[in-house]
Amino acid sequence: MTTQQLDAIRESKSDLIKVRRIVKEEGEKLAKKTGYRKQVLVCGGTGCTSSHSMKVIEQLEKSIKELGLKDVLVVKTGCFGLCALGPIMIVYPEGAFYSQVTPEHAKVIAEKHLVKGGEMVREYLYKGTLAEDGKVIPFAETPFYKKQMRIALRNCGVIAPEDIEEAIAAGDYAALEKVLTTMTPDDVINEMLASGLRGRGGAGFPTGRKWSFAKASQSDVKYVCCNADEGDPGAFMDRSVLEGDPHCVLEAMAIAGYAIGSNNGFIYVRAEYPVAVERLQIAVKQAREYGLLGKNILDSGFDFDIEIRLGAGAFVCGEETALMRSIEGHRGEPRPRPPFPAVKGLFDKPTILNNVETWANVNPIIMNGAAWFSSIGTKTSSGTKVFALGGKITNVGLVEVPMGTTLREIVEEIGGGIPGGKKFKAAQTGGPSGGCIPASCIDVPIDYDSLIAIGSMMGSGGMIILDEDTCMVDISKFYLEFTADESCGKCTPCRIGTKRLLQLLTKITEGKGEPDDINKIQELSEHMRQSSLCALGQTAPNPILSTLRYFRDEYDEHINKKVCRAGVCKALFTYHIIADKCRGCTLCARNCPVQAISGALKQPHVIDTAKCVKCGLCIANCKFDAIERI
Amino acid sequence: MDKHCKFCGTAEQEQKLKAVIEESRDMPGCLMHILQEAQGIYGFLPIEVQKIIAEGLNISLSEVYGVVTFYSQFSLTPKGKNRISVCLGTACYVKGSDKILEEVEKQLGIKCGQCTEDGLFSIDSCRCVGACGLAPVMMINDEVYGKLTPKMVKGILDKYREVK
Repeated sequence: MTTQQLDAIRESKSDLIKVRRIVKEEGEKLAKKTGYRKQVLVCGGTGCTSSHSMKVIEQLEKSIKELGLKDVLVVKTGCFGLCALGPIMIVYPEGAFYSQVTPEHAKVIAEKHLVKGGEMVREYLYKGTLAEDGKVIPFAETPFYKKQMRIALRNCGVIAPEDIEEAIAAGDYAALEKVLTTMTPDDVINEMLASGLRGRGGAGFPTGRKWSFAKASQSDVKYVCCNADEGDPGAFMDRSVLEGDPHCVLEAMAIAGYAIGSNNGFIYVRAEYPVAVERLQIAVKQAREYGLLGKNILDSGFDFDIEIRLGAGAFVCGEETALMRSIEGHRGEPRPRPPFPAVKGLFDKPTILNNVETWANVNPIIMNGAAWFSSIGTKTSSGTKVFALGGKITNVGLVEVPMGTTLREIVEEIGGGIPGGKKFKAAQTGGPSGGCIPASCIDVPIDYDSLIAIGSMMGSGGMIILDEDTCMVDISKFYLEFTADESCGKCTPCRIGTKRLLQLLTKITEGKGEPDDINKIQELSEHMRQSSLCALGQTAPNPILSTLRYFRDEYDEHINKKVCRAGVCKALFTYHIIADKCRGCTLCARNCPVQAISGALKQPHVIDTAKCVKCGLCIANCKFDAIERI
Repeated sequence: MDKHCKFCGTAEQEQKLKAVIEESRDMPGCLMHILQEAQGIYGFLPIEVQKIIAEGLNISLSEVYGVVTFYSQFSLTPKGKNRISVCLGTACYVKGSDKILEEVEKQLGIKCGQCTEDGLFSIDSCRCVGACGLAPVMMINDEVYGKLTPKMVKGILDKYREVK
């Protein structure tokens, strides 16, 4: 393919994509030009497909056919972000945002909205878009979207990820074209350096520097790798990029290949992400067919191709040297550095490795310039960050905000607060390597350095919101179970340290804690930090240390008073029926899985604490608040 | 468990596997790829299958075994006809997925990591399927069940019992 051909494809479909970016009158005019009166975008990401968006698409296509609506286009896109309310469907040009769409809804929407002269079906619209005066506000102005800034996710939920022409029309491969036709490899690296982009995988190493080291290494063969082994539980940023806009990653890797002098790329992706893997495979195949991967790309003489390799479920393979060992077909164990991968990496050749979200930022930096990028965010953390917001929060989903946004804005405004009127207790960032941000730090700006200063870390972007029902000792134990399980076993501090920390925490949650245990935990944590081989072991104590820092009183209560205030650690409480409040309705007794509750009808019941397994079903079922946890 | 582990691979399966080995032998780092394909063919990776791979690639059995046991996706034991996978990722955990797992174990009378006597179900836990918006979730084969409560478990399992 030549640059002229690429430009022609971009031009031919650009109006189609533009309709999906501008809502309001302009969109209507533009829609007429495209030949499609309406475009219906349905999310085909993992979140929405799990809530059956594919059935919605089937029904939609069926209804459209039956109604003879030839000027309506149905597009299966990537993630819109608001996963809690999936499946999500947006109708352009008016930008009507339907949530929790069922096939039945889709049929009604086709009949009432998509037909000529049709009107929005108000009862199925996302409630956030209905203003108090009855008007429908654009979804971009709802609290969930208003404070977001989509750079990495710019095309997610806008294009059909399985159609390379839509990706091209949305701007993918324009940066590769610019780089190959107007920039030298040094220009590219200088632009990346000036942008201040830091690795989005967690450690925050400046991307431009990584590239410049690899460029400086002399070798006949060099490699460009993409880390798509998103193993952090509760994090799905990278998956959403791969599912929504896989071409942006391929393009960025080719740009890096040009910059450092490499012709080979590898994408290491989790096998647990079947949708992402499939879309990547389609994307690579299409890019080869269109000549955007392979020999002599855009007549520039530059060759670059990409292979996809699947992981097999090992968290440690997110560590760079372990990931490379895994691509080489071995046990994914890390090795000591130096030599760093930029000098000696995959197959012992100079290698750069960046994670998916980092790659997704490359195209906008090349197209809009480093000055534009570094003007977003904070001084030391430029650009935006994607977070997977989960746990006890109303708007579970994917959000992208400028660096420096406060946790309060994310939780209260974008996230819509905590459900059930519960109190915000902490936000966990950085997964098993990170820590908890307590309510007292809710106004801290979210950037690399501020998070480290308060004992957490950016991590790859998982953000789990915890409320008053979460026990902080138990959550530390949860993470230690994870790291103890995932420790590869190569180095002693991590292999034995995680086990011992877990034993100590288990002891505390079982009510057998002793005052000296905290000192032991702290001492052991310090040793692990200093002497573990890779980041997995070095950061494994973080969840404990940060909760000890902010929630020491909960540890003390567990150890000294044998109390778990959140009612999670089963050894530390029992259930009782308050005789005065019990009406003897028998509901609890009927629901008890172990028949531990007895009592006659209309008489106060009693729980046999010896039999009780503390499942909590009785307290959940009681309509009279007659059961207490002591 | 052991009585279910008896290896009964067919000649056809072996032929398929050998073809995969031949095709991939020149690909750098081919072992992982071959193991993934082999697990697709046999459903699990018993020692007999590992031997075929080790001989085919002319590497030691211990190297193959080392890789198989390193990655959680590779299984040395067969899985049930219906593979249940309860997500114990953070988002699901804070929403009570441990209680879902307990209930599944109770209903089937086996523990996580095991397979029922009749081979109909096996239970595993996993770390995040990425459907955090639906937490807590479990997967049965490729179907995702979200926003679960322990009470819903029995009804879901019954669906799979009926189609036996």
